[in-house]
This record gives sequence, C-alpha cells and structure tokens, in this order.
Amino acid sequence: MTEVLPAEGIYSLLWVLIALPAAGALILLLGGRRTNTWGPYLGVLTIAGSAVIGVLMLLAMMDQSAEQRTIVQNVYDWVFVGTFQASFALQLDQLSIVFVLLITIVGALIHVYSLGYMAHDPDRRKFFAYLNLFVAAMLLLVLANNYLLLYVGWEGVGLASYLLIGFWQRKPSAAAAAKKAFVINRVGDVGLSVAIMLIFVTFGSITFQDVFGQASEASEGTLTAIGLLLLLAAAGKSAQFPLQAWLLDAMEGPTPVSALIHAATMVTAGVYLIVRSNAIYNAATWAATAVVIVGLITIFMGAIIGSAKDDIKKSLAGSTMSQIGYMVFAAGLGPIGYVFAIFHLLTHGVFKAGLFLGAGSVMHGMNDGVNMRRYGALKGLMVITFITFMAGYLAIIGIPPFSGFWSKDEIIHAAFERNSIIGIATILAAGITGFYMTRMIAMTFFGKARWEEDAHPHESPAVMTIPLVVLALGSTFMGMALLFWGNIEYWLEPVVGYESVPTPLPTWVYIAVTLVVVIIGAIIGWVMYARKEVPVEPPHGNVLTRAARQDLYGDAINDVLVVEPTYTSARALTTFDTKGVDGFVNWTATFVGDLAKRLRRTQSGFARSYALSMVGGAIVLLVALILVRLS
Amino acid sequence: MNPANYILLSALLFSIGAIGVLVRRNAIIVFMSVELMLNAANLAFVAFARMNGNLDGQVVAFFVMVVAAAEVVVGLAIIVTIFRTRRSASIDEPNLLKY
Repeated sequence: MTEVLPAEGIYSLLWVLIALPAAGALILLLGGRRTNTWGPYLGVLTIAGSAVIGVLMLLAMMDQSAEQRTIVQNVYDWVFVGTFQASFALQLDQLSIVFVLLITIVGALIHVYSLGYMAHDPDRRKFFAYLNLFVAAMLLLVLANNYLLLYVGWEGVGLASYLLIGFWQRKPSAAAAAKKAFVINRVGDVGLSVAIMLIFVTFGSITFQDVFGQASEASEGTLTAIGLLLLLAAAGKSAQFPLQAWLLDAMEGPTPVSALIHAATMVTAGVYLIVRSNAIYNAATWAATAVVIVGLITIFMGAIIGSAKDDIKKSLAGSTMSQIGYMVFAAGLGPIGYVFAIFHLLTHGVFKAGLFLGAGSVMHGMNDGVNMRRYGALKGLMVITFITFMAGYLAIIGIPPFSGFWSKDEIIHAAFERNSIIGIATILAAGITGFYMTRMIAMTFFGKARWEEDAHPHESPAVMTIPLVVLALGSTFMGMALLFWGNIEYWLEPVVGYESVPTPLPTWVYIAVTLVVVIIGAIIGWVMYARKEVPVEPPHGNVLTRAARQDLYGDAINDVLVVEPTYTSARALTTFDTKGVDGFVNWTATFVGDLAKRLRRTQSGFARSYALSMVGGAIVLLVALILVRLS
Repeated sequence: MNPANYILLSALLFSIGAIGVLVRRNAIIVFMSVELMLNAANLAFVAFARMNGNLDGQVVAFFVMVVAAAEVVVGLAIIVTIFRTRRSASIDEPNLLKY
C-alpha cells in the first residue's frame, strides 16, 4: 500500500488547478458582453496557468520516490451524514497527473486554436466559457479522491459536452445531437450512480483508498455487479457499444470541441473510470471479460463506420470510437493491459486532437464543407495542415516511430499475452484503421480537385497552425518519450499494477505481422481512393458500406429497442390514464351528480310533506321494532 | 280503572293530532294539532308514571308543558309575521326554500 501524503509545497496549489478554469468560466458567463473583447484570451490564460501548475507538479513528483507520489488535499468537508462521508478532497497520483497534463496541455493548444477558428463567431465568449467549464469539470473528474466527487466532474463534463455540441443551437440538427448525447449519457450515468450506491453499501465508504483496500473482501457477485455498472457508465461516456450512437452526431459541435471533448479527453473518462477501479475488475473476472468484449465490438464498429463515412469529422469520430475501443479492451485485460490503455489514451489524445484540428483547418479553408468527396488535391495549398495531418495519420495507423505505433503495439502484444484469437482480432482492426485513414488522406489531400465552385482553399492563420505543429511533434515523439524516457508502465505501476506474461511467439513477430497488415490496409485504401477517380456522388456501395453510412443501424436499433417501445408504453399509459383512471373518477363524479339531481327533487319546500315523511319514518321504525319484539 | 285505557286515549289523541298536522293547511290549525300531540304525549307520561309508581313521568310532563309554552310564543310570532307579509296563513304557500 502506498502512503498518502498531505498536500504541501507546490501540491498545495492542487485546488487552483480546477479553480482557475472554473473562475474563467464564471467570469465569462457572468461578465456578459463586457468581456467580449478580452474574454477569449482570459480563457486561454486560465488553462495555460493550470498547465504550468500541472507541469510543476509533475517535476516535483518525479523527485519523490514511487511510494510517495500519492497526495491528498482535503479542500472542505462536503457531505457528512451519519456514516456517509464524502469530502471535497482531491487526490493527485501518477495516474491523475498524466491526465492533468493531457487535459491542460492539449486543452491549452485547442484554446489557442479556437482563437483563430472561432474568430468570426459572434458567441465566441460563450464558447470559451463553456470550454473552460469543461476543463474544470474534467480536472475535477480525474482529481477526485472519491466516487461521489468523481460523479460531480462526470456530470460536469456531460453538461459541458451538451452545451458545446449544441453550441450552434440555431441548427436543429445540432440541438437534436446535443439532446441525443445528453440522453444517452444519462443511461450510462444511471449505471455510475447505482454503482456508487452499491459501493457504499458494500464497503461503507466511497473514497478510492478505502474501497480498493477492501476490494478483495467483498463477494465476487457484488464486485461483478459493481464492475458491470461501472462498465455501463464507461460505455455511455466513452461511446462504447451499446451506447455508441451519440458520438457521431456529436460532430455537430464546432471542430475544436470535437477535438478536445469528443476525441482527446472527455470520451476517455470511461477508460479512466475502469482503470481507476482496477482493484474491482481484478477481483471480478466476469466483469473484466465483459469490458474486453465491449471494447472489441466497438473497435470493429468504429472502424467500419469510419471506413464508410464521407463526412471527414464523422469518419474521425468512427475512428475515435475504434481507438477508445482499443483502450477499453486493454483495460479489460487486467494488469497486463491497464498501463497500455492509459499509454494509448495519452498518445491518442495528442494525435487525434491533431487530426481533428487538422480537419478543422481543412474545413476552414473549404467554406466549412465536411464532405471529403468535395475535397482532393489540397496538399500543395495547405502545406502545414497537410504535414501535421500526415504526422497524425502515421501515428494513428501505427507506423514506427510515430507515437501510435508504440501504444497500439503494446495493446496488441498484451492481447496476445491473454489469448491469440483476440490478438488476431486487434491486428485485423489495425488493418482496417490503415484502410480508413488512408482513404481519408487520399480523398482530402491527394487525387484530383473536386471542390465546390465557390471554394478557395487556403492555409489557416498561424494561431491555428502553431497548435497543429505542436500536436504533430507530439504525435511523432510522444510515444518514444513516454516509453523509453518516461517508462510509462513503471510510472503507472504503483497505482494500476503491471505484469507481463510471456507470449507464445517472440515480440518482433507480432510487430512485423501488425505492420504488414496495416500496410496492406493502407495500400488497399490508396488503390481504391487515390489511384481511382473518387466520384462526387457516393456510389451505391455494398451492404456493409450502406450499413456503415447508417452508423451500422445504431439509431434504427435504438428506435426499435428503446424509442418505439417507450413511445408505445407511454401511449398505452396515457390511454390507461385518460380512459381507466380518469374514466373511473369521472364516472363516479357523474354518477353522484346525477343521483343528487334526482334526490334533490324531494326537497319540495312543502312543510307538510316533510312532516309526512317524518311520520312515515316513525311508523316504519315502530313497525320494525314491534316485529323484532314479536319474533 | 285500567291504565291501558289512558294509553289508548293518548295514542288516539296523538293520531288525531298527527293527521291534523298532515291534512290541514291553516297554520293555526296545524299549530293546534301539534299542541294536541304534545298533550297526548303528556297524558302518556303521566299514565306511565302512575303505572310504575314513581314521579319521573310527571316531572317530564311539566317540562313538556314549559317547552310547549315557549314553542307557542315563538311559533305564533312566526305565523303572525308570515301572515303580515303574505296576507295568508296557509302553510303550503311559503314553499320558496326548495331545490
């Protein structure tokens, strides 16, 4: 067990990490139009401040021994009711710090990029306020030291995601997409809230320290239930099967949002949750297997959808689903995979942010068009965008020495350590990745120009290209840096555990096979989309293509399984309410009313008739008494 | 002298009073019939007191007389007031308090 240190020195600024962007959001939202001119710059500054603090903390942490890297800062006592105790307490350890750095540094780059991308948007102050709100919530999520506080951050990022997907709410499709994301996330959030209740009932505490300390004492059934509920939560937030349908529509938001929230950070919260709860999954084999299956299904779903979409952002969204599938899959493998799930999460966060921002830069030059069939031959006109995009491309398909190669290769290797069949499946999916990413760059940067008539492609301003260059450098060198210089697996080991199992074949065989499959996929993509003419109108396509264009019928399935039954039962309940419940109540009222209408005719106003009824009643009583006496 | 005869007489007087109340329209006659019923009850009380050999019935008869006297005061006052406004002592005519 690692010891927990109080927050001293630089760590006493832990709460400032969250407070800075939160204050930025507050000032921009409450300040109103007065902050229009300088608001966006304030938004960038708060994130940059958090990033600087994060880096200082990392440097301080590297000076300490591995057992002394868990720091807890109790900001204040939050909910203290009987035995239920939840502090507003922040915990910084080796896992949190890498997330803090990913969120703040990539976040800062995307804020800078947004200065250029949103320069002409009338609501950009609000945009920066929401981005700041998102960063604050996400930092709270990864810094919480108990599940309830994590839940606050979890809901906070959900809110920010909703606000930003629907940022252009005058577009009905954006408003609908925001609602859809929110509702589907709710399904996952139910899982998380029930899991927290179950954790409290089982362990009597919700702090990570207490729960993981006693995880092995609970029954396996309970742990499996908790694990499956946490998986449901993770599936909702990370767009994993079966709650994947919202992510593709979430691309309605501005492109920096897609890059920051729906590729680099928020959607990885599910992976964080699973890896953070590693003690639970280690003891619940069935739940961990479910995680692997969900991850594997999503890897393929995302890859297939990414292969068929003509919308550059939706294709990247499919790719995001697939890559997060890899992370969830690795997290389900147990101690052989946790560190590589986080490793891939970090490299993916950087190169996918670069790819999305590159796509945004292309859209910026193409009148915000997203249809790749109307791109083509852009490599000479957008040189910086092209080169940085290529760095991201080589990283995501896993060509050495780009960062994705190292992380994805480790996941594939870990899969083979468990089971050869799932290992082969991951290699196959890597091949599909090679195909759809090659298709994307071939349609966008190569081939013939198929532009709309009024398109005048041009390179984006420096404020947008500089973040692209930084992210491209990250995509190139980060994998090697983390693996060889940072020793990511031993850095994370004290928190998440790490072990390595021998594989049947030597490691280089897997690397070689993966590379060959990826290159075959890339060549197929190149032959189909760069050598051949790309039609402007999408061809009919085969069954799989048509299914993938419809998000593999995700919406249709949801409609049949959830939406329609809900509507039907709602209609049935309404009918039962109006006809049954209301019907009975109204019938009773009408009956009493009608009866009263008849009975009141007896109030004739004639005193003598009243007297007669009194006498009559008296006689009846008398006769009854006499009869009773006689019998 | 059989006490049952007093009871029978009392029942007879009560019935005459009740029928009077039911069939007559003149308020004064109805009032007199009510008095007849009250006194029939008094007769019964006194007869029972005699039969049982205690004074309870006699005491109640006094009470009834007192109540009857008070009732006559109030009742006649009402009848006179109605007569003043409607110029009629019929009890069927003031039938406004109805459905």
